[in-house]
Amino acid sequence: MNAMGGTATARGLASCHTCGLVSRVPAARRGLRCPRCGVGLHVRIPRSLSRSWAFLVAAILFYVPANLMPIMHVTSLGRMRSDTILSGVEFLLLHGMWPLALIVFVASVLIPVVKIAILIYLLVSVHLRSAYRPMDRVRLYRFTEFVGRWSMVDVFVVTVLVALVHLGKVAEVEAGPGALFFAAVVVLTMLAAQTFDPRLIWDNVETHDVEPNPYR
Amino acid sequence: MDPIPHHHDLVACHDCDLLQRLPPERRHGRVRCVRCGCVLHHQGRDVVAVPLALGITALVLFVLSNGFPLLEFKLQGRQDTAYLLAGIRELYGQGMPLLASVVLATTVIAPALHIGLLIYLYLPLALGRRPPAFVSALRAVQAVLPWSMLEIFLLGVLVAGVKLAEQATIVPGPAAWALGLLVIVLAAAATQVHPHRLWDRVA
Repeated sequence: MNAMGGTATARGLASCHTCGLVSRVPAARRGLRCPRCGVGLHVRIPRSLSRSWAFLVAAILFYVPANLMPIMHVTSLGRMRSDTILSGVEFLLLHGMWPLALIVFVASVLIPVVKIAILIYLLVSVHLRSAYRPMDRVRLYRFTEFVGRWSMVDVFVVTVLVALVHLGKVAEVEAGPGALFFAAVVVLTMLAAQTFDPRLIWDNVETHDVEPNPYR
Repeated sequence: MDPIPHHHDLVACHDCDLLQRLPPERRHGRVRCVRCGCVLHHQGRDVVAVPLALGITALVLFVLSNGFPLLEFKLQGRQDTAYLLAGIRELYGQGMPLLASVVLATTVIAPALHIGLLIYLYLPLALGRRPPAFVSALRAVQAVLPWSMLEIFLLGVLVAGVKLAEQATIVPGPAAWALGLLVIVLAAAATQVHPHRLWDRVA
């Protein structure tokens, strides 16, 4: 493996996102297509920062009702209780099911908050043209991309409970509006991460700063 | 002036855009970016037969996991079974069509597209033909991957089952086992789609 000194962009080249072919692109032209596969060719994801911010802000707004509104209503032997995400975790803890409480807490509480915080940090750092520890920032980015989907687990728990428990007065589970908002938060943060272009992190880093790579 | 294709052994890193020359093909495994460690290229292994085999296996398991009950629930002499699709229909019936759509998209439609596209792409390739709309199918399979959430759904089934096991008898149905296998097969398939290598083959 040989580094050729410099990024593709610095040498007037762009790599196709679909087929990977590296092509020479004329400067400042829009509507370019990959000569091999014909898909639109971009040096960076178009309007990456503004789109990523838009999804992220929407996710933060939906995060509030996602936590305040009940995700499900459980009727058991004539009594009904409503659970929010947090009260669901509390219920599991009080009933001694701490491994489950831990799974749900990590997936539904910790991951969304950490993910939103990381995305804000990455977006701000790119706006500030930071050259600070790009390797660690790209690791944070990969972490959010990998881990973000797992927050959906609570929505699926509600789905399974709803499918399984319909015995009328004896036992019944109904989904609440919080579940919908929560699903929206997961989808929106996933979109925010997908539209963020990690190459922007490296655009402010001089290529001669290349450190020895731990993977090699 | 239109973009001019460059030599095929050049790659630009997906995560940091560093331009690099691929080493000569000689060993199996991944080639990583020298700067950020992102996987640039896979070498060795058959790029068509393995994904095709995984796609066909996944199809069988997908049918099983939708056709049989996931969990059986027994309480005070009464019994209920949960099917994946029934849960989605139930959500819809409870006045949550949007939530039902999200669950349908992530647990049924996206996995079905993933599996369907694998077979659509790799069956003709295995027979030495290039499928129609090859580029669109290749883009679609890459786009659909993050939205296929069966492994997360499986964790959801597990959590729901354990949660109810306090008050009722819960028995995992055939679909739960099929789903467990399907998750493994799909995860393997997800690591086996190498658009760069496919292009070298069809071009």
